[in-house]
Amino acid sequence: MSLVPGLFKGLAVTGGTILRTVFPRRGVKTLVPAPTKGAATVQYPHEKEAPPARARGVIALHEGNCTACMLCARECPDWCIYIEGHKEKAPPRRAGGKPRLVNKLDRFDIDYALCMFCGICVEVCPFDALFWSPEYEFSEPRIADLLHDMSRLSEWMETVPDFEAYEAGSQAPKRTVPAP
Amino acid sequence: MTGILAELAYWQQTFLRAVVALVAVIGLAGTLVYLHLFKMVSFMQSRLGPMEAGPYGSLQLLAEVGKFIQKEDIVPRRADRFVFTSAPFVVLLSTFLLVVVLPGGPDAWFIDNDLGIYLALAVSSVSVIGILMAGWGSASKYSLIGGLRATGQLIAYELPLILAVVGVVIQAETMNMQGIVFAQAGGEIFGWGGIGNPFVITQFVGFAVFMIAMQAELTQTPFDMPVAESELVTGFMTEYSGLRFLLFFIGEFATAAVFSAIAAVLFLGGWYVPGLDPADNLFNVVGPVVLVAKIVLLSFLIFWFRFTFPRFREDQLQRLAWKFLIPIALANIVVTGVLKVVV
Repeated sequence: MSLVPGLFKGLAVTGGTILRTVFPRRGVKTLVPAPTKGAATVQYPHEKEAPPARARGVIALHEGNCTACMLCARECPDWCIYIEGHKEKAPPRRAGGKPRLVNKLDRFDIDYALCMFCGICVEVCPFDALFWSPEYEFSEPRIADLLHDMSRLSEWMETVPDFEAYEAGSQAPKRTVPAP
Repeated sequence: MTGILAELAYWQQTFLRAVVALVAVIGLAGTLVYLHLFKMVSFMQSRLGPMEAGPYGSLQLLAEVGKFIQKEDIVPRRADRFVFTSAPFVVLLSTFLLVVVLPGGPDAWFIDNDLGIYLALAVSSVSVIGILMAGWGSASKYSLIGGLRATGQLIAYELPLILAVVGVVIQAETMNMQGIVFAQAGGEIFGWGGIGNPFVITQFVGFAVFMIAMQAELTQTPFDMPVAESELVTGFMTEYSGLRFLLFFIGEFATAAVFSAIAAVLFLGGWYVPGLDPADNLFNVVGPVVLVAKIVLLSFLIFWFRFTFPRFREDQLQRLAWKFLIPIALANIVVTGVLKVVV
């Protein structure tokens, strides 16, 4: 019989939540039901929530930093990154030097139909070419359109936020790419 | 209904009764699903529930029904085909038969039967057969265990349900549902007749036992061992899909509505509201609305309990019925009988 107070306590918790959700307002309008105000729900297509600055929405590519080293493509658990490149001769750094060999990127695609947003590619990139962007609205009616090519991935770069200090007063992490 | 339709031909009466019963069963089941399953439980979890289909998501049900009707009707290869396919109809049949005893007003009723409430309780037992058929016919271990659990539970809780009603019958001196309403409308609480005598006050113990046993009869959550989804998938409904699953689903909620209606008639005065003459013709129109309001109120209690408490273990469930509810109900009968004679 010691169960009985607990039973009523449980009912009070759930009943209280109903009342708080349906009648959230105070004052004169207390008894006018307004569940859209009381509920925690954000009605997505009609109203939008700003995602946190470091939210993992979509992966952006900074084309100039990529050396086509293939580390991201190899580490990707889903094999959803496709990279092709070729070597090119670049002018020497100093006069009279040998021309340098640089990797040029021909193709850099991420198939977001396969991507599971684990972020391993961003972690392993040694040249700071991949970044997380908080943008999340890139669904497509056709699944083939979820394959983002180099230009599309570079466009996401504009949405990548600046680094912030990890804690108050500490030095902000240095960003190796110029802010767009 | 008999009173109003007396001058119509038999086939006309039958047609009207069928239409009213269909509207009552499906309309009430839909109302409960929308009000409680969609909205109340959402508010309980601080969310909104369906909002897109129709104003405040009120047409969501049509979408759900359409979805179920489109689905393939699968019968397992080793299932007993006839038993498997007819089980949902047996369950729904018992619900439809239950509606028959409900009075909606002084002249608006289906049958005038002096067995009344006991006819209802007897007919409600038919659903046990349907559930056992579903459990046995599916050729699935989950269904079989679910069906057996359901049967054990429904039989165990039918007893306190009936015993709780006995108190009401003693007080009302009739088993006729209409008679019980009139007894409450014209009754007095120890000499004071201001609001009649709704038996929820004078038979509160019976009301509590009835509601708990009803919760178990409907296999709603604290007593949902037969459909315990973490162990039995969905119990006896595991192998059903499409329309047949929908029939079970409608049956579940329509039975919840009809049992709430029976509880409303037994304990809250049915279609009667205090302060008016119960023989007034007005009640033939207002009565059904009042009854639906009381159904919504009582089913709110059912679903409030359902979404608040976790499930009982099988032994706890049986212990509650046999060790607590039945003795309490028996004591209630004794006390009611003594008071009836003495006062």
